[in-house]
Amino acid sequence: MKILVAIKRVVDHNVRIRVRPDGSGVETQGVRMSMNPFCKHAVEAAVQLGEAGHGDEIVVVSIGPKAANDVILTALAMGAHRGMLIETDADLETLAIAKLLAKVVAEENPDIVLLGKQAVDDDSNHVGQMLAALTNRPQATFASEIKVVGPGLEVTREIDSGRETIAIPLPAIVTADLRLNTPRNAALPMVMKARSKPLAVRPVAEFGVDLTPRLTIEKISPPPERVAGKTVGSVPELAAFIAGEVSQMEAL
Amino acid sequence: MSVLIIADHDLGKLSPATARIVHAVAELGPIDVLVVGENAQNVASDAAQLAGVQKVLVAETASTTDTDLAVIETLAQSYRYVVQSAGSVGRDRMPALAARLDLMPVTDIVEILGPNRFVRPIYAGNALQTITDNQPRHILTVRASAFRAAAGGNAAPIETIESPTSSVARLIATHRTESDTPDLSTAQIVVGGGIALGSAENFQLIERLAKKLNAAIGATRAAVDAGYAPNDWQVGQTGKIIAPDLYIAIGISGALQHLAGIQGAKKIVAINSDPEAPLVKLADAALIGDLFEIIPQLIDELDKTGTP
Repeated sequence: MKILVAIKRVVDHNVRIRVRPDGSGVETQGVRMSMNPFCKHAVEAAVQLGEAGHGDEIVVVSIGPKAANDVILTALAMGAHRGMLIETDADLETLAIAKLLAKVVAEENPDIVLLGKQAVDDDSNHVGQMLAALTNRPQATFASEIKVVGPGLEVTREIDSGRETIAIPLPAIVTADLRLNTPRNAALPMVMKARSKPLAVRPVAEFGVDLTPRLTIEKISPPPERVAGKTVGSVPELAAFIAGEVSQMEAL
Repeated sequence: MSVLIIADHDLGKLSPATARIVHAVAELGPIDVLVVGENAQNVASDAAQLAGVQKVLVAETASTTDTDLAVIETLAQSYRYVVQSAGSVGRDRMPALAARLDLMPVTDIVEILGPNRFVRPIYAGNALQTITDNQPRHILTVRASAFRAAAGGNAAPIETIESPTSSVARLIATHRTESDTPDLSTAQIVVGGGIALGSAENFQLIERLAKKLNAAIGATRAAVDAGYAPNDWQVGQTGKIIAPDLYIAIGISGALQHLAGIQGAKKIVAINSDPEAPLVKLADAALIGDLFEIIPQLIDELDKTGTP
């Protein structure tokens, strides 16, 4: 089977972000960047499927600036075989990303496409579902377990009421949730080896997709600040605070 | 015809989130509600009672992504807005619907500023994006926790529509958490527990306090990963987003990921042994000490004051 994994380079999730005072966005200059954590779970899932004999070839694709090569190299070091960077400096909307990925799916014809369920910068949680719609393939979102069973997949999904397991035929689109696996840290020899794996850099214009944004972002603003907290000295004081709050609540 | 809301439901009951979505979008135009899935008829009679609903449409079918989408896509042509709560069903369906209609969706809306202006959080709620959507039609998901519920007392007409019967996906099993506590996403009071509880058995202390206050139960990612609490109790950037009137955080230091899920809480109480924990610094009332001593005392004390 051939597996395609789409990954994104984002501000590292441990960085405390700063909103630019002019409202134009979040500061990304001079900030540590890394692979979106959910994408790491997707790469790990692909590599594990490969190790279990279900992935002959794992192709990793990222869309972004030249520097996104870093996260592709990370994925190659984790065990993917080949990388592709669709190079653009523009901030693309999720619909444009999904259309570009649909072109890649048409070229590569993978059996499984794995993506992170959301990117921790824009928190959209769109691309996997959009790609499924555009390629007319079944989707299994928010996966916490993926099993190859017969000619299809059995995927356990994390949902509001707990978990559910669904069976879908291949080819299919799966998005990774965080309990899917524990992503590996690539050992140094793998990191060295990654540099010799094929990595194609292709300009975004080559794909002939209309990338014009549909939405206008008026501004980015910081959230309202909370008033700094107070400490109480005893359990009775705490109980009184809770009792006071409860008595003030509007009955729903 | 203007707004189509896709109802959320579970086990033949309308989810509390839907009443909040009805209220949230009331200004956008007349509202029809679609109930698609199993036991849809029962759910439809609940939805028909919500104030502001003009009509309820019912499509009885096994609810999978593709059958839901087939129903919604056909209907979507006649509405200016298609809206669902930003729960796990809406997050699964609405982006796919948008792509099928060649529209860019606006998701996780926490504030509606006008017919085409919306606010949504990014970076785990550490920034807010104000968006103008000039597309002819709008596909939206709305965070139920950010809005109040619509009133009841309505009796909107219910109309059954055709529904597809075949799906490529097949449901094999559900694993649900048996619990009689209130719905986490819409609860007025939430008691949350962290990794400091130390075991699933100790986590029952959280459940005892929650029961006392008729509160929903939340947990951090670490507590869920450690197996102390089920996954559907997870609160945070990737779990549930809550906005209760009162959040009681016990043994939770306050990782960014968790704070993202509780930013809408009106009042926060923290019980923690570490006075420097980020959540303690945010709390409206924090008590520093050993949670295993404090919680039983707190339950006794609340009994004395007759709360609730």
